[in-house]
Amino acid sequence: MRNAVGRDIPDELLVNGKEVYQGKNYMDGKYIQKASPRTRRYEKPQESKIVDSLVDALKACGAKDGMTFSFHHHLRNGDFVVNMVMKAAIEELGLKDLIIAATSLGDAHDPIADYIEQGKVVGIQTSGIRGRMGEVVSNGKLKTPAIIRSHGGRPRAIEAGEVHIDIAFVAAPTSDCVGNCRGIGGKSNCGSLGYAMTDAKYANHVVVVTDCLVDFPNMPASVEAIDVDAVVVVDSIGNPKKIASAAARISQNPRDLMMAENVAKVIASTPYFKEGFSFQTGVGGPSLAANLFLEKYMDERGIKMGWAIGGICGPMVEMLKKGKVGKVIDVQDFDLDAVNSINQTPGHYEMSASQYANPANKGAFVNKLDFVVLAALEIDTGFNVNVLTGSDGVLRGAPGGHPDTAAGSKCCIIVTPLVRGRMATVCEHVVTVTTPGDCVDVLVTDYGIAVNPLRPDLIECLDRAGIPHVSIESLKEKAYSIVGRPDPVQFEDHVVAVLEARDGTILDVVRQIKPYTFED
Amino acid sequence: MQIEKSAMAGTLESSDALVTVEPGNQGIELEISSSVMNQYGRQIRATVLETLERLEVKSGHVTVVDKGALDCTLKARVECAVFRSCDKSAAGIPWGGVIR
Repeated sequence: MRNAVGRDIPDELLVNGKEVYQGKNYMDGKYIQKASPRTRRYEKPQESKIVDSLVDALKACGAKDGMTFSFHHHLRNGDFVVNMVMKAAIEELGLKDLIIAATSLGDAHDPIADYIEQGKVVGIQTSGIRGRMGEVVSNGKLKTPAIIRSHGGRPRAIEAGEVHIDIAFVAAPTSDCVGNCRGIGGKSNCGSLGYAMTDAKYANHVVVVTDCLVDFPNMPASVEAIDVDAVVVVDSIGNPKKIASAAARISQNPRDLMMAENVAKVIASTPYFKEGFSFQTGVGGPSLAANLFLEKYMDERGIKMGWAIGGICGPMVEMLKKGKVGKVIDVQDFDLDAVNSINQTPGHYEMSASQYANPANKGAFVNKLDFVVLAALEIDTGFNVNVLTGSDGVLRGAPGGHPDTAAGSKCCIIVTPLVRGRMATVCEHVVTVTTPGDCVDVLVTDYGIAVNPLRPDLIECLDRAGIPHVSIESLKEKAYSIVGRPDPVQFEDHVVAVLEARDGTILDVVRQIKPYTFED
Repeated sequence: MQIEKSAMAGTLESSDALVTVEPGNQGIELEISSSVMNQYGRQIRATVLETLERLEVKSGHVTVVDKGALDCTLKARVECAVFRSCDKSAAGIPWGGVIR
């Protein structure tokens, strides 16, 4: 069945009430019955929940074949915990048919690809999928289609009971002996633990894995001991060098700076750019550089930013410290400046993934967002964005908060160079739709700006400010005139991943890749 | 032109291609690998074959390791490799003739 972004969704996926994507805000006003976990009572006072090993923790939580284990990705590419837990479960306990439900997965998790090929891991639910895992899934080795969700779609699915977590594993930079966790104060600090919060509340069992045990009580706790069954102390939960980078630097690349300046110009031309406005930006070159130019316009008009959300990095913390932004609220920290600031700098707070972006709760932060500036691997003439599959059709990205912030914000700006090497970023049809075009408002490239025709009000703003803009079709033609018109990527029929829209409908599917041949 | 000995042109940098030509007598034998194979494999092949035809190269073994080079880059790398293979790259390149 064809959905609202023109993608053909196989009928066999449309079971148990699953629907195809119908457009933005389709589920508004509907009721949901929240799922609840089945948890164990610890009525008798316990001195400590520390167990000797991951195996003991797994046993204590009744780990068995077919279970769903959840993980969060604050340790990013430095994470050791996913591999450690899966190794204990599969190689030491001999478990099989396991499902991994992670907030995101990356190159650090390459070893999981082996467990997929051996058929020990049969399901993956995640935002990001990359590296060898992306390749084996794209080659059709996973038993069931991977389910890809945004950061807001995941807590929605957990609350609705579409993902039932048997055991949630919390990678905690610090924990006390009963499982109060924080993202700071240890040797593998990551700052916010926002993505782990919903998991801990909805999982049947919760295991804390830490490499820094601190005195009770570890306060203020991001994940609370009241939800934790066991605590495991290991040598190291991750590689600090890969968890948080040194301070994120603002790009010096003149092309990035030119695009960033144009993003700031577009923002300043809209009526939402006024005292107390709200903002989120990605950490890509031009997105981050937009901060710099925005500050100039804020000074000129004598206005301040009310609040900023996101994945946070140094430049935003800097603005908070200078008093240019009132509050910063974050689910994840990208660099050491942000890690060292959360819950320390006045006005810098932590939030859960649900509070950040869940479309089914009663009002996530993204719904109050004025502007979001985002990147794209590809954007097509329908303003649909792909941030998941590469130009060869292989899974190697993550929707993250992209679809959530795009849908919630009043003005969503995509900033990307027109071409990357030989790849046309602006194209006729993206390989996979990860953010639907009805949520995307403006495209800024190094060859010009295009406004979504669904937003005549923004077109008027740009015209009034004298900002030149062109049609997205003309940008696509410009791109093709440089790199040539690409052949469509060839796929087999077999669906290897289902891309859920944030509201739970099906936005797109990813099919198994076909070996390339020169034949037509 | 004739490929008289093995020669190379280009690099493995992003947006470039490494072209190797070797003598042969069974027509053009072309091997292509590319980081953008799925979307541009056929165009890369067409560009390389057109360039060889323009240079009147009738036989040889040609290997292209492409890293997302544009057509103009591919042409230049193929031309350079062919001229190097017959020691004609130092002087007397027919600018404005077959090289344009």
